[in-house]
Amino acid sequence: MGLSDLFSRRRKDNTDSDAGASDAPAHPTKALPKFLATLNQRQQPLLLDLGPVVGQTLTFFGEQLGCKIFVEDLAKDIDRQAKEGKPEDPAAFYAQRFPQETGSIDGILCWDLFDFIDKVSGQALAKQLSRILRPDGALLGFFNTAEPAPGTKPHYTRYVVVDPSHLQHRPYSGQQPRLKPLNNRDIQRMFEPLRVTEQFLLKSTMREVLFRKPSA
Amino acid sequence: MWKRDEAQKPTVSQPPAPAPVTPSQPASAASQPEFRRIERDMVNIGKSVVIKGELNGSEDLTIEGHVEGKIELKDHVLTIGPNGKIKAQVFAKAVIVLGEVNGNVTATEKVDIRDGGSVDGDIISPRVAIAEGAHFRGSVDMQRKGAQPAVATVKDTPKPAASQPAEKAQPQPTGAR
Repeated sequence: MGLSDLFSRRRKDNTDSDAGASDAPAHPTKALPKFLATLNQRQQPLLLDLGPVVGQTLTFFGEQLGCKIFVEDLAKDIDRQAKEGKPEDPAAFYAQRFPQETGSIDGILCWDLFDFIDKVSGQALAKQLSRILRPDGALLGFFNTAEPAPGTKPHYTRYVVVDPSHLQHRPYSGQQPRLKPLNNRDIQRMFEPLRVTEQFLLKSTMREVLFRKPSA
Repeated sequence: MWKRDEAQKPTVSQPPAPAPVTPSQPASAASQPEFRRIERDMVNIGKSVVIKGELNGSEDLTIEGHVEGKIELKDHVLTIGPNGKIKAQVFAKAVIVLGEVNGNVTATEKVDIRDGGSVDGDIISPRVAIAEGAHFRGSVDMQRKGAQPAVATVKDTPKPAASQPAEKAQPQPTGAR
Protein backbone atom coordinates (compact mmCIF):
# COMPACT_ATOMS: atom_id res chain seq x y z
CA MET A 1 0.00 0.00 0.00
CA GLY A 2 1.39 3.37 -1.02
CA LEU A 3 1.76 6.35 1.23
CA SER A 4 -0.93 8.22 -0.66
CA ASP A 5 -3.33 5.32 0.00
CA LEU A 6 -2.58 5.56 3.69
CA PHE A 7 -3.26 9.28 3.76
CA SER A 8 -6.46 8.99 1.75
CA ARG A 9 -7.67 6.29 4.14
CA ARG A 10 -6.88 8.43 7.12
CA ARG A 11 -8.74 11.34 5.54
CA LYS A 12 -11.72 9.11 4.92
CA ASP A 13 -11.67 7.87 8.50
CA ASN A 14 -11.62 11.42 9.76
CA THR A 15 -14.63 12.42 7.74
CA ASP A 16 -16.53 9.40 8.97
CA SER A 17 -15.92 9.96 12.63
CA ASP A 18 -15.86 13.70 12.78
CA ALA A 19 -17.58 15.17 9.80
CA GLY A 20 -16.73 18.70 8.74
CA ALA A 21 -14.23 20.07 11.16
CA SER A 22 -12.96 23.56 10.60
CA ASP A 23 -14.38 24.00 7.09
CA ALA A 24 -18.01 23.77 8.24
CA PRO A 25 -20.02 26.90 7.38
CA ALA A 26 -20.81 29.49 10.05
CA HIS A 27 -24.50 29.92 10.85
CA PRO A 28 -25.94 33.17 12.14
CA THR A 29 -27.25 33.07 15.68
CA LYS A 30 -29.72 35.50 17.17
CA ALA A 31 -29.85 34.35 20.75
CA LEU A 32 -26.12 34.15 21.43
CA PRO A 33 -25.56 37.95 21.29
CA LYS A 34 -28.37 38.39 23.84
CA PHE A 35 -26.86 35.71 26.03
CA LEU A 36 -23.46 37.43 25.82
CA ALA A 37 -25.05 40.73 26.77
CA THR A 38 -26.36 39.24 30.01
CA LEU A 39 -22.96 37.78 30.83
CA ASN A 40 -21.22 41.03 30.07
CA GLN A 41 -22.97 42.71 32.96
CA ARG A 42 -20.87 40.68 35.42
CA GLN A 43 -17.23 41.14 36.31
CA GLN A 44 -16.07 37.53 36.00
CA PRO A 45 -19.19 35.60 35.02
CA LEU A 46 -19.46 31.95 35.98
CA LEU A 47 -20.50 29.93 32.96
CA LEU A 48 -21.61 26.33 32.81
CA ASP A 49 -21.09 24.52 29.50
CA LEU A 50 -22.97 21.24 29.16
CA GLY A 51 -20.84 20.18 26.24
CA PRO A 52 -19.71 18.71 24.01
CA VAL A 53 -16.48 20.46 24.92
CA VAL A 54 -15.10 22.70 22.20
CA GLY A 55 -11.75 24.35 22.85
CA GLN A 56 -12.45 27.33 20.60
CA THR A 57 -15.74 28.05 22.35
CA LEU A 58 -14.12 27.87 25.79
CA THR A 59 -11.40 30.19 24.57
CA PHE A 60 -14.00 32.65 23.32
CA PHE A 61 -15.82 32.81 26.64
CA GLY A 62 -12.65 32.67 28.72
CA GLU A 63 -10.46 35.10 26.84
CA GLN A 64 -12.96 37.53 25.44
CA LEU A 65 -15.53 37.66 28.22
CA GLY A 66 -13.29 36.68 31.12
CA CYS A 67 -15.66 33.90 32.16
CA LYS A 68 -14.77 31.18 34.57
CA ILE A 69 -16.15 28.15 32.80
CA PHE A 70 -17.39 24.95 34.36
CA VAL A 71 -17.58 22.03 31.99
CA GLU A 72 -20.02 19.21 32.68
CA ASP A 73 -19.98 17.24 29.47
CA LEU A 74 -23.50 15.79 29.40
CA ALA A 75 -23.13 14.92 25.72
CA LYS A 76 -20.72 12.19 26.79
CA ASP A 77 -23.14 11.00 29.50
CA ILE A 78 -25.98 10.79 26.98
CA ASP A 79 -23.83 8.80 24.59
CA ARG A 80 -22.69 6.46 27.35
CA GLN A 81 -26.25 5.98 28.58
CA ALA A 82 -27.37 5.10 25.06
CA LYS A 83 -24.94 2.17 25.21
CA GLU A 84 -25.13 1.17 28.87
CA GLY A 85 -28.65 2.15 29.81
CA LYS A 86 -30.24 5.18 31.40
CA PRO A 87 -30.08 5.89 35.14
CA GLU A 88 -33.02 4.44 37.05
CA ASP A 89 -33.58 7.64 38.95
CA PRO A 90 -32.82 10.61 36.66
CA ALA A 91 -33.57 13.10 39.45
CA ALA A 92 -30.93 11.56 41.72
CA PHE A 93 -28.49 11.25 38.84
CA TYR A 94 -28.70 14.92 37.88
CA ALA A 95 -28.74 16.08 41.50
CA GLN A 96 -25.42 14.30 41.94
CA ARG A 97 -24.11 15.46 38.57
CA PHE A 98 -24.41 19.15 39.47
CA PRO A 99 -22.67 19.84 42.75
CA GLN A 100 -22.70 23.61 42.13
CA GLU A 101 -24.31 25.75 44.82
CA THR A 102 -27.83 27.03 44.37
CA GLY A 103 -27.92 30.35 42.50
CA SER A 104 -24.18 30.35 41.81
CA ILE A 105 -23.99 30.29 37.99
CA ASP A 106 -24.43 33.35 35.77
CA GLY A 107 -25.01 31.59 32.48
CA ILE A 108 -25.65 28.09 31.17
CA LEU A 109 -25.00 26.79 27.67
CA CYS A 110 -27.30 23.84 27.00
CA TRP A 111 -26.83 23.81 23.23
CA ASP A 112 -29.21 21.16 21.80
CA LEU A 113 -28.88 18.53 24.55
CA PHE A 114 -32.58 18.47 25.34
CA ASP A 115 -33.24 17.04 21.87
CA PHE A 116 -31.56 13.83 23.00
CA ILE A 117 -33.11 13.39 26.46
CA ASP A 118 -36.53 11.95 27.24
CA LYS A 119 -39.06 14.13 29.03
CA VAL A 120 -38.58 12.67 32.52
CA SER A 121 -34.83 13.08 32.39
CA GLY A 122 -35.24 16.47 30.77
CA GLN A 123 -37.39 17.67 33.64
CA ALA A 124 -34.89 16.42 36.18
CA LEU A 125 -32.05 18.14 34.35
CA ALA A 126 -33.96 21.39 33.87
CA LYS A 127 -34.78 21.43 37.60
CA GLN A 128 -31.11 21.23 38.51
CA LEU A 129 -30.15 23.88 35.97
CA SER A 130 -32.74 26.33 37.21
CA ARG A 131 -31.58 25.64 40.77
CA ILE A 132 -27.93 26.50 40.14
CA LEU A 133 -28.68 29.53 37.96
CA ARG A 134 -28.51 32.81 39.87
CA PRO A 135 -31.48 35.18 39.79
CA ASP A 136 -31.28 37.18 36.51
CA GLY A 137 -28.94 34.55 35.10
CA ALA A 138 -29.46 33.31 31.54
CA LEU A 139 -29.70 29.90 29.94
CA LEU A 140 -29.28 29.30 26.22
CA GLY A 141 -30.87 26.25 24.62
CA PHE A 142 -31.38 25.06 21.06
CA PHE A 143 -34.37 22.91 20.15
CA ASN A 144 -35.02 21.30 16.82
CA THR A 145 -38.53 21.73 15.49
CA ALA A 146 -38.34 19.02 12.82
CA GLU A 147 -38.19 15.28 13.31
CA PRO A 148 -34.95 13.71 12.13
CA ALA A 149 -35.20 12.31 8.62
CA PRO A 150 -35.73 8.54 8.64
CA GLY A 151 -32.53 6.58 8.19
CA THR A 152 -30.37 9.42 9.47
CA LYS A 153 -27.44 8.13 11.47
CA PRO A 154 -27.43 9.43 15.05
CA HIS A 155 -25.13 12.36 15.43
CA TYR A 156 -24.48 15.20 17.83
CA THR A 157 -23.27 18.70 17.07
CA ARG A 158 -20.37 20.68 18.42
CA TYR A 159 -21.19 24.38 18.45
CA VAL A 160 -18.15 26.53 17.84
CA VAL A 161 -18.41 30.25 18.54
CA VAL A 162 -16.87 31.93 15.51
CA ASP A 163 -17.86 35.43 16.62
CA PRO A 164 -20.66 36.85 18.78
CA SER A 165 -23.23 36.36 16.04
CA HIS A 166 -22.04 33.24 14.25
CA LEU A 167 -21.75 29.61 15.23
CA GLN A 168 -20.13 26.81 13.35
CA HIS A 169 -21.98 23.51 13.56
CA ARG A 170 -19.66 20.52 13.59
CA PRO A 171 -21.58 17.23 13.52
CA TYR A 172 -20.02 14.05 14.84
CA SER A 173 -21.40 10.57 15.12
CA GLY A 174 -22.92 9.20 18.30
CA GLN A 175 -25.23 6.51 19.68
CA GLN A 176 -28.32 8.38 20.79
CA PRO A 177 -30.67 9.51 18.02
CA ARG A 178 -32.50 12.79 18.28
CA LEU A 179 -35.93 12.37 19.91
CA LYS A 180 -39.30 13.81 18.97
CA PRO A 181 -39.14 17.61 19.02
CA LEU A 182 -40.49 19.34 22.11
CA ASN A 183 -43.22 21.86 21.59
CA ASN A 184 -43.16 25.35 23.06
CA ARG A 185 -45.43 24.54 25.96
CA ASP A 186 -43.37 21.48 26.92
CA ILE A 187 -40.22 23.56 26.92
CA GLN A 188 -41.75 26.33 29.01
CA ARG A 189 -43.11 23.87 31.56
CA MET A 190 -39.92 21.91 31.70
CA PHE A 191 -37.84 24.94 32.61
CA GLU A 192 -40.20 26.56 35.08
CA PRO A 193 -39.56 28.81 37.02
CA LEU A 194 -37.26 30.14 34.27
CA ARG A 195 -38.93 32.50 31.83
CA VAL A 196 -38.49 32.48 28.08
CA THR A 197 -37.29 35.98 27.23
CA GLU A 198 -36.21 35.53 23.62
CA GLN A 199 -37.09 32.94 21.06
CA PHE A 200 -35.90 32.71 17.45
CA LEU A 201 -36.94 30.21 14.85
CA LEU A 202 -34.18 29.88 12.29
CA LYS A 203 -34.55 28.68 8.70
CA SER A 204 -32.56 25.62 9.68
CA THR A 205 -35.65 24.60 11.77
CA MET A 206 -33.63 25.21 14.90
CA ARG A 207 -35.33 27.15 17.66
CA GLU A 208 -32.97 29.24 19.80
CA VAL A 209 -34.41 29.97 23.22
CA LEU A 210 -33.02 32.30 25.86
CA PHE A 211 -34.32 31.77 29.39
CA ARG A 212 -33.88 34.08 32.36
CA LYS A 213 -34.33 33.30 35.99
CA PRO A 214 -36.64 35.84 37.61
CA SER A 215 -34.88 38.00 40.16
CA ALA A 216 -35.66 36.97 43.72
CA MET B 1 30.11 3.18 -21.32
CA TRP B 2 26.52 4.10 -20.84
CA LYS B 3 25.93 0.90 -18.98
CA ARG B 4 28.83 1.65 -16.76
CA ASP B 5 27.52 5.09 -15.87
CA GLU B 6 24.10 3.76 -15.12
CA ALA B 7 25.55 1.04 -13.02
CA GLN B 8 27.52 3.56 -11.05
CA LYS B 9 24.65 5.95 -10.52
CA PRO B 10 22.71 3.83 -8.13
CA THR B 11 25.75 3.22 -6.02
CA VAL B 12 26.37 6.93 -5.88
CA SER B 13 22.79 7.88 -5.22
CA GLN B 14 22.30 5.32 -2.51
CA PRO B 15 24.80 6.47 0.05
CA PRO B 16 23.03 9.77 0.68
CA ALA B 17 19.87 7.88 1.50
CA PRO B 18 21.19 6.11 4.56
CA ALA B 19 22.82 9.34 5.64
CA PRO B 20 19.65 10.75 7.24
CA VAL B 21 19.14 7.40 8.90
CA THR B 22 22.56 7.52 10.49
CA PRO B 23 21.40 9.97 13.12
CA SER B 24 20.14 6.85 14.75
CA GLN B 25 22.67 7.56 17.49
CA PRO B 26 20.11 9.32 19.67
CA ALA B 27 17.84 6.32 19.22
CA SER B 28 20.47 4.03 20.64
CA ALA B 29 20.99 6.47 23.49
CA ALA B 30 17.26 6.57 24.03
CA SER B 31 17.13 2.88 24.68
CA GLN B 32 18.88 3.41 27.98
CA PRO B 33 17.47 3.95 31.45
CA GLU B 34 13.96 5.14 32.31
CA PHE B 35 15.12 8.54 33.47
CA ARG B 36 16.92 9.91 30.49
CA ARG B 37 17.99 13.20 29.10
CA ILE B 38 16.61 13.54 25.58
CA GLU B 39 18.00 16.90 24.70
CA ARG B 40 19.89 19.51 26.60
CA ASP B 41 17.01 20.71 28.76
CA MET B 42 14.42 18.00 28.60
CA VAL B 43 13.97 14.97 30.80
CA ASN B 44 11.76 11.98 30.24
CA ILE B 45 10.13 9.84 32.90
CA GLY B 46 9.49 6.44 31.38
CA LYS B 47 6.40 4.24 31.36
CA SER B 48 7.42 1.97 34.20
CA VAL B 49 8.29 4.76 36.64
CA VAL B 50 5.91 5.50 39.53
CA ILE B 51 6.56 8.59 41.60
CA LYS B 52 4.68 9.45 44.77
CA GLY B 53 5.41 12.80 46.30
CA GLU B 54 6.59 16.17 45.13
CA LEU B 55 8.29 16.67 41.80
CA ASN B 56 10.20 19.94 41.31
CA GLY B 57 12.37 20.87 38.39
CA SER B 58 13.91 23.62 36.33
CA GLU B 59 13.86 22.02 32.91
CA ASP B 60 11.25 20.72 30.51
CA LEU B 61 9.86 17.34 31.46
CA THR B 62 7.95 14.60 29.70
CA ILE B 63 6.11 12.07 31.84
CA GLU B 64 5.10 8.71 30.45
CA GLY B 65 4.81 7.03 33.85
CA HIS B 66 2.63 7.54 36.93
CA VAL B 67 2.96 10.49 39.26
CA GLU B 68 0.95 11.10 42.41
CA GLY B 69 1.33 14.21 44.54
CA LYS B 70 2.50 17.55 43.20
CA ILE B 71 4.45 18.62 40.13
CA GLU B 72 6.10 22.01 39.96
CA LEU B 73 8.09 23.08 36.92
CA LYS B 74 8.46 26.81 37.24
CA ASP B 75 9.14 28.44 33.84
CA HIS B 76 9.21 25.11 32.02
CA VAL B 77 7.07 22.89 29.89
CA LEU B 78 5.50 19.75 31.25
CA THR B 79 4.32 17.16 28.74
CA ILE B 80 2.19 14.27 29.89
CA GLY B 81 2.74 11.64 27.24
CA PRO B 82 0.06 9.25 25.95
CA ASN B 83 1.02 6.70 28.59
CA GLY B 84 1.35 9.21 31.41
CA LYS B 85 -1.07 9.09 34.34
CA ILE B 86 -0.99 11.97 36.77
CA LYS B 87 -2.88 12.24 40.01
CA ALA B 88 -1.46 15.48 41.18
CA GLN B 89 -1.62 19.21 41.34
CA VAL B 90 0.38 20.60 38.47
CA PHE B 91 2.15 23.95 38.22
CA ALA B 92 4.20 24.82 35.13
CA LYS B 93 4.79 27.41 32.45
CA ALA B 94 3.00 25.29 29.87
CA VAL B 95 1.32 21.93 30.16
CA ILE B 96 0.69 19.62 27.21
CA VAL B 97 -1.61 16.69 27.96
CA LEU B 98 -1.74 13.59 25.80
CA GLY B 99 -2.33 11.19 28.69
CA GLU B 100 -4.48 11.40 31.84
CA VAL B 101 -4.47 14.07 34.49
CA ASN B 102 -6.53 13.92 37.63
CA GLY B 103 -6.00 17.12 39.55
CA ASN B 104 -5.83 20.86 39.16
CA VAL B 105 -3.56 22.31 36.51
CA THR B 106 -2.08 25.80 36.76
CA ALA B 107 0.03 27.20 33.93
CA THR B 108 1.42 30.68 33.51
CA GLU B 109 1.28 30.44 29.71
CA LYS B 110 -0.79 27.65 28.24
CA VAL B 111 -2.58 24.38 28.85
CA ASP B 112 -2.99 22.24 25.77
CA ILE B 113 -5.14 19.09 25.96
CA ARG B 114 -4.48 17.15 22.80
CA ASP B 115 -6.58 14.52 21.04
CA GLY B 116 -6.85 11.52 23.37
CA GLY B 117 -5.73 13.56 26.38
CA SER B 118 -7.89 13.72 29.49
CA VAL B 119 -8.12 16.21 32.34
CA ASP B 120 -10.38 15.88 35.36
CA GLY B 121 -9.76 18.98 37.40
CA ASP B 122 -9.70 22.74 37.32
CA ILE B 123 -7.48 24.64 34.92
CA ILE B 124 -6.04 28.07 35.58
CA SER B 125 -4.16 29.48 32.62
CA PRO B 126 -4.35 32.52 30.33
CA ARG B 127 -4.61 30.24 27.32
CA VAL B 128 -6.31 26.88 27.06
CA ALA B 129 -6.57 24.67 24.00
CA ILE B 130 -8.73 21.57 23.99
CA ALA B 131 -8.69 19.27 20.98
CA GLU B 132 -11.93 17.71 19.78
CA GLY B 133 -11.05 14.20 20.84
CA ALA B 134 -9.98 15.30 24.29
CA HIS B 135 -11.83 14.72 27.56
CA PHE B 136 -12.22 17.52 30.05
CA ARG B 137 -14.28 17.86 33.18
CA GLY B 138 -13.77 20.73 35.55
CA SER B 139 -13.51 24.46 35.34
CA VAL B 140 -11.41 26.80 33.22
CA ASP B 141 -10.23 30.12 34.57
CA MET B 142 -8.33 32.15 32.01
CA GLN B 143 -7.83 35.06 34.40
CA ARG B 144 -8.78 38.50 33.19
CA LYS B 145 -5.13 39.55 33.35
CA GLY B 146 -4.27 37.34 30.39
CA ALA B 147 -7.40 38.46 28.61
CA GLN B 148 -6.61 42.18 28.45
CA PRO B 149 -5.45 42.27 24.82
CA ALA B 150 -8.30 40.07 23.65
CA VAL B 151 -10.85 42.30 25.38
CA ALA B 152 -9.44 45.27 23.50
CA THR B 153 -10.08 43.54 20.19
CA VAL B 154 -13.59 42.57 21.17
CA LYS B 155 -14.49 45.88 22.73
CA ASP B 156 -16.45 46.88 19.66
CA THR B 157 -18.34 43.59 19.66
CA PRO B 158 -19.67 42.23 22.93
CA LYS B 159 -19.27 45.10 25.42
CA PRO B 160 -21.00 48.10 24.01
CA ALA B 161 -22.37 46.25 21.05
CA ALA B 162 -23.53 43.09 22.72
CA SER B 163 -26.93 43.66 21.26
CA GLN B 164 -25.62 44.95 17.93
CA PRO B 165 -24.54 41.61 16.47
CA ALA B 166 -28.16 40.58 16.51
CA GLU B 167 -28.99 43.47 14.26
CA LYS B 168 -25.97 42.75 12.11
CA ALA B 169 -27.21 39.22 11.75
CA GLN B 170 -30.50 40.39 10.29
CA PRO B 171 -29.43 40.50 6.64
CA GLN B 172 -28.07 36.97 6.90
CA PRO B 173 -29.89 34.37 4.83
CA THR B 174 -30.98 32.51 7.94
CA GLY B 175 -34.15 34.29 8.78
CA ALA B 176 -35.40 34.59 12.30
CA ARG B 177 -38.67 35.69 13.62
